[in-house]
Amino acid sequence: MSNLFCSSIGRKLLMSLSGLFLIIFLIVHLSINLLLLVPDNGEAFNVAANFMALPVIKFGLQPVLALGFIVHIAYGAILTAQNNKARGNSKYASGNKTKEVMWASKNMFVLGITVFAFLAVHLVDYWVPLQITHGAQEITIGGVTMHDTYGLVKETLQNPLKVALYIIGSLGLAIHLTHGFWSAFQTLGASNSIWRKRWTVIGTVFAWVVSLGFCVIAITMFLS
Amino acid sequence: MKLDSKIPEGPLAQKWENYKAGQKLVNPANKRNLDVIVIGTGLAGASAAASLGEMGFKVKNFTIQDSPRRAHSIAAQGGINAAKNYPNDGDSVHRLFYDTVKGGDYRAREANVYRLASVSNDIIDQCVAQGVPFAREYGGLLDNRSFGGAQVSRTFYAKGQTGQQLLIGAYQALMRQVNAGTVEMHTRTEIVDYVIVDGKARGVIARDLVTGEFSRHFGHAVVMATGGYGNTFFLSTNAMGSNGSAAIKAYEKGAAFANPCFAQIHPTCIPVHGEFQSKLTLMSESLRNDGRIWVPKKKEDAEAIRAGKLKPTDIAEDNRDYYLERRYPAFGNLVPRDVASRAAKERCDAGFGVGTTGLAVYLDFKTSIERLGENTIRARYGNLFQMYEKIVDDNPYETPMMIYPAIHYTMGGIWVDYELQTTVPGLFAAGEANFSDHGANRLGASALMQGLADGYFVLPYTIQNYLADDIRTPRMTGDEKEFVEAEKAAKAKFEKLMSIKGNRSVDSLHKELGLVMWDFVGMARNKKGLEEAIEKIAAIKKEFWTNVKIPGSSEGMNVELEKASRLADFITTGDLMARDALNREESCGGHFREEFQTEEGEAQRQDDKFAYAACWEYQGEDKAPVMHKEDLTFEVVKVAQRNYK
Amino acid sequence: MENTINLTLKVWRQNGAKDKGRFETYSLENISTDSSFLEMMDVLNEQLIGEGKEPVAFDHDCREGICGMCSLYINGRPHGPDDDVTTCQLHMRKFKNGETITIEPWRSAGFPVIKDLIVNRSAFDQIIAAGGYTSVSTGGVPDANAIPIPKPDADEAMDAASCIGCGACVATCKNGSAMLFVSAKVSHLALLPQGKVEAARRAKNMVAKMDELGFGNCTNTGACEVECPKGVSISNIARLNREFLKAKLAD
Repeated sequence: MSNLFCSSIGRKLLMSLSGLFLIIFLIVHLSINLLLLVPDNGEAFNVAANFMALPVIKFGLQPVLALGFIVHIAYGAILTAQNNKARGNSKYASGNKTKEVMWASKNMFVLGITVFAFLAVHLVDYWVPLQITHGAQEITIGGVTMHDTYGLVKETLQNPLKVALYIIGSLGLAIHLTHGFWSAFQTLGASNSIWRKRWTVIGTVFAWVVSLGFCVIAITMFLS
Repeated sequence: MKLDSKIPEGPLAQKWENYKAGQKLVNPANKRNLDVIVIGTGLAGASAAASLGEMGFKVKNFTIQDSPRRAHSIAAQGGINAAKNYPNDGDSVHRLFYDTVKGGDYRAREANVYRLASVSNDIIDQCVAQGVPFAREYGGLLDNRSFGGAQVSRTFYAKGQTGQQLLIGAYQALMRQVNAGTVEMHTRTEIVDYVIVDGKARGVIARDLVTGEFSRHFGHAVVMATGGYGNTFFLSTNAMGSNGSAAIKAYEKGAAFANPCFAQIHPTCIPVHGEFQSKLTLMSESLRNDGRIWVPKKKEDAEAIRAGKLKPTDIAEDNRDYYLERRYPAFGNLVPRDVASRAAKERCDAGFGVGTTGLAVYLDFKTSIERLGENTIRARYGNLFQMYEKIVDDNPYETPMMIYPAIHYTMGGIWVDYELQTTVPGLFAAGEANFSDHGANRLGASALMQGLADGYFVLPYTIQNYLADDIRTPRMTGDEKEFVEAEKAAKAKFEKLMSIKGNRSVDSLHKELGLVMWDFVGMARNKKGLEEAIEKIAAIKKEFWTNVKIPGSSEGMNVELEKASRLADFITTGDLMARDALNREESCGGHFREEFQTEEGEAQRQDDKFAYAACWEYQGEDKAPVMHKEDLTFEVVKVAQRNYK
Repeated sequence: MENTINLTLKVWRQNGAKDKGRFETYSLENISTDSSFLEMMDVLNEQLIGEGKEPVAFDHDCREGICGMCSLYINGRPHGPDDDVTTCQLHMRKFKNGETITIEPWRSAGFPVIKDLIVNRSAFDQIIAAGGYTSVSTGGVPDANAIPIPKPDADEAMDAASCIGCGACVATCKNGSAMLFVSAKVSHLALLPQGKVEAARRAKNMVAKMDELGFGNCTNTGACEVECPKGVSISNIARLNREFLKAKLAD
């Protein structure tokens, strides 16, 4: 166990586990965001968002989530650097024309950067005003005063550029996940010739459901 | 030259046991102080090097390839024989022994063949323990298939890749010893000469194929296991790098070369298709289990096929001549290789051949596909069918394969005694490189058996009997005068090749040699042709040494120089083969002299005159070699005309 | 009946490991479409020798797709444009008249070039030496039928064992990873009871050696499986991951 993470498979295990963890986060995130679509002027969403701001989550879970991101990004960068080195200095003049290889699988780092950019904008737009500067508006629901997260989202998504950015980010995420999802299970060893097909199908469906879910929300908010 | 076969006393079945009971051994502490050089990493070389390393000897192992896993043993497709009698169909050690001697047309040494048959079962056990994934039945036990020349199913196989799997098993065992430090591996290194000190083989001169540098290596004993010399013919089923140089070098240092004319022509190869062709691809003999061989019954049909006007599928069943089934009803399509090859040649020479050249016959799976279904055939031979399709661009599930005989294996080789020791003390020969077990014809699936028997179960015993007397011989440094002189001579030979600067490429000369060999020393030989061949080979030799063109320099990697040095030895081999074929005035196994055949065209032996192994002794450059006889006596086998009818 | 084509070849020439290397362009005429790719290379070399130039050095041996020696990267693919073949099984009927063919050596940090199109693949031997075997010595083994092995397991082991060690997987992998090669050996032996005994040790040692030799990290692109001339599946990589993680967690 001692030097597991010094090995190539160990490093990949960290990518896999952190990736799966982030996938769970995505599910939670999307579930809460879907409340934006509930026609109650954002009441349900605000309550949920307020729940996510509880100290136990803010100080208990958020650092874990951050760690998940940091591990995934840091190891993504390390692995990419190592892999470039392993490829050697000379590149093929005739390129690589291997067919039947998923485009996403060869561009995970670039796709990851897209998702990361999206994440950064996301943090500036929401996390900073809601949890750091507390500059967001307040609202009282059921006697409890809380940030009007719904209002903030709605305001942000009135900007068509932001909506476009969200859509691009979501699509990047989808493509990242089409490979990342099944790949995580492959790295865990939880795959074989049959399960590989199953994970790929599940992963693809999941990726597009999540991504289109975010897109639909952004567009709906823009139009409403 | 004294030829002492050192056959142990006792009844045939007891000889090996008797030998082992009486042989000298080396104790473990002394093994560490004894060096053994093993040349070659095929089945025989790798298994010997691994086993000797496991026992504690210090082994140096050499291969010309980039990895020991590449040796041409890897290309054997069909399987490996053993007398396990798992199918309960009447097999036994005795029957395997008998089939092998009979299949070899009674030109092998009984005692050696019996030992081979008796260790065959150990080989299967050993390979399974190494993780060789032999084919299995649903019950989890090993499956067997039948092969040419036998009426029992005794062939173990791993898809169509048996040789590969066995070699990888031996290679893995070898790499385990490399890891343990008992075997020192030298890849991309060619042995260019042996070093003889006081009449004993004590080392080798090696040439690094990457740097072109020479080096000297000492060994208390030397094992050469470098395969056969089939590439003398240029076109053969051998790998491009397969060569007989280590054998010829041994011959030139005093090792007798036995039965050089015994070369096996394999009946099921993809036919030659053009001048540019570099090698012939074998289709496994196992295909004859389910494929039926035929040519058109009518000459006009054959002519129409050659002209491209008719397709094989157009020929009605009644108009097909399943000539093997017709001539040999008992064995049918599973007659031994030499018989099947000659029958194909006979039909083609008579004008019934197919393909654009008329030098091909059909191997048809239609009946089997109808009987067993395409899926079963695919499971059995899928990879072979795919291989065929990639090369010929025809789908063998729909149209019959075309095949023709090609040079495949050489039964002849360096003469060895019962201990696998050559006439040079301390120099041992194993696997295809020696002449020992197959007589004049080798049965299918027996090459793998012999290579591994020699390496795993024979040499590790017999070499100790030799080394036990050497425990006080200190290691030599390689600076002794014999080493220095041998290296000097080897270097001089390479410099001489570089200095010729003629006009002919190595390949063009090799192709010329190959054509002479195929035309005169091939499937059918006669006195006049052989005499002509000897003259032609001498002319090629002269042309080679005066007009070969080798670009580049002797420093660094120079592939043309490697090929040239091997071709020089192939020329020597070709000459030896022709001389031996001329001397052997009989037909037996792979050696068919047109003057000696029955009325039905079958090979006719002359047992009263030629029941011996012809052992050729080198007499010097440009001097005719001298032949010595090792008489073959058959105590158990009843010598008879082979009958597969 | 015979068709011939004319070709332009762009061939990598490199005189030794330290040389920088460059492409040379050659024209070839009247190449039979029935000839194999390596026979076409033979014709090229014969032509070069005729011109007094050094022929192109390339690795090849059995020329029937089993030794794993041939290793050319042709027009962007290891072993060229056909599927499930080695370079020696590639035939010229896959090319068009007038086509330009780019021929390069395997390129990967793990496989340094020796000369022209020849690379050093001894890293593979070192990985096998690290544990790709069962630790049994000659003799003293049980009867071959003593342990029944379920046919599906034996067949799957055979599929994994069909790896020929050519290195196409590394050559095509954007990460220069040797995982397909390593996983094929680990799978082959782990699937059989004879190899199971030391499966954990084997997986750890072989992966450690692979990492040490500078091969990259697998990112599951699957390119290796597409280019593998023997169709070795990346489900073996999943099995290797499983075996390795299991072994490490048990430590």
